[in-house]
Amino acid sequence: MNWRALCFALIATLPSAATSTEILPSGTTFLSQGLQAQAADAGANPGMLWVADGERLWNTAESAASSSCASCHGDAEVSMRGVATRYPLVIPGSNQLLNLEGRINTCRVQRQNALAYAHESDELLSLSAFVARQSLHMPLKVTVNDANAEFFAAGEAAFHQRRGQLNLSCANCHVERVGLRLRGDVITHALPNAFPIYRLEWQGLGSLHRRLRACALGVRAEMFDYGSEAYLNLELYLTVRANGVAVETPGIRK
Amino acid sequence: MGPAIARVMMPKAAKAADVIEIKSLFRHPMETGYRVDAVGEAIPRHVVTLFTVDYDGERIFAVDLSQGVASNPYIAFYTVATRSGELLFSWTDDRGETVQLSKSLTVLP
Ligand code: HEC
Ligand code: HEC
Repeated sequence: MNWRALCFALIATLPSAATSTEILPSGTTFLSQGLQAQAADAGANPGMLWVADGERLWNTAESAASSSCASCHGDAEVSMRGVATRYPLVIPGSNQLLNLEGRINTCRVQRQNALAYAHESDELLSLSAFVARQSLHMPLKVTVNDANAEFFAAGEAAFHQRRGQLNLSCANCHVERVGLRLRGDVITHALPNAFPIYRLEWQGLGSLHRRLRACALGVRAEMFDYGSEAYLNLELYLTVRANGVAVETPGIRK
Repeated sequence: MGPAIARVMMPKAAKAADVIEIKSLFRHPMETGYRVDAVGEAIPRHVVTLFTVDYDGERIFAVDLSQGVASNPYIAFYTVATRSGELLFSWTDDRGETVQLSKSLTVLP
């Protein structure tokens, strides 16, 4: 086998875009110029209302028995810079995959003597938007390693699994039909870099898992729970695929 | 939706007679009153009805809003920098609640 054939054989066995070095274009680039401009303008992007509320929560202790995020982490611009680009991750020695929301709730419970925030609560969305905002314009960098390989493999399999009454996989839309229209939307590469997003249809901010539930509903498949293992695995796979794509939280979507 | 939150973006300083852009965002459900909840009960109307801006005590901008406006209204407008002073932004809804935010503008000769 000459080197050309060898290269070809290697490329042919690469499982998916996850292992390629190509940086996929953000979902934002598929929007109208008007929405792109609004998303980029912190004075006009309504998601910034949640970021502002997140900043308030960051600096507030809920009770006398609790302490604020800031009392331990100080200035988020310094301590939280780049943090969102590393999630979801497996805390060493835990064998549990955590996304940013899960990580924030771990601090709530273990460090603040407080109850975990409910999924999709304004508090959790606001804090995760505020924390992720500290990584604005920084590239996502989650890679597959020994600790997360199993979760990644499950996420990758789920991405290619056909499901629902329409019998479509994520890849059927988000790989094979990128750039085509589905109702009023243009199908994108399904990147998680702008979450939580302000979706006009929702008239508010929502998490990646809410978007995944919307996609499941679209093909009339079972919607899994917020924070479920199935969605965390998918989130890991989507994030690895999106390696190198810059954080844009809070994005705007239709 | 959490507490009402107001945000205003505008320059801190401008030259006299400069035209400045002011952008405001307000987190509010703007519930139309036309919707029903999961068990069929009408969701009561809850909308911002008035947005005003006073510049150094003088009303320079006012909008009447209604249920036709989407949640979290974004309102941007221009004004002329005349003198240094406070700009007071007020949002009032149909439950009589008012949220205010003030920003100072320094006007350079
Ligand atoms: C009593 C101190 C304390 C408080 C209060 C606290 N944290 Fe933490 N947090 C920590 C420590 C210590 C770590 C480091 C890792 C660990 O928990 O083992 C951490 C880690 C984190 C991380 C992960 C950082 C990384 O580099 O991956 C995030 C995100 C975070 N905290 C967010 C928050 C938020 C948001 C709040 C408020 C809701 C909060 N924390 C409150 C102590 C605290
Ligand atoms: C029938 C086609 C279809 C299927 C199948 C589908 N989606 Fe989607 N998805 C969409 C459309 C349309 C949008 C909105 C436009 C966009 O952002 O791509 C969307 C949006 C998304 C987004 C948001 C991207 C962004 O930048 O805001 C993510 C992430 C996503 N889908 C992931 C998935 C995953 C994971 C699956 C499989 C569990 C899936 N989708 C299945 C059509 C589909």
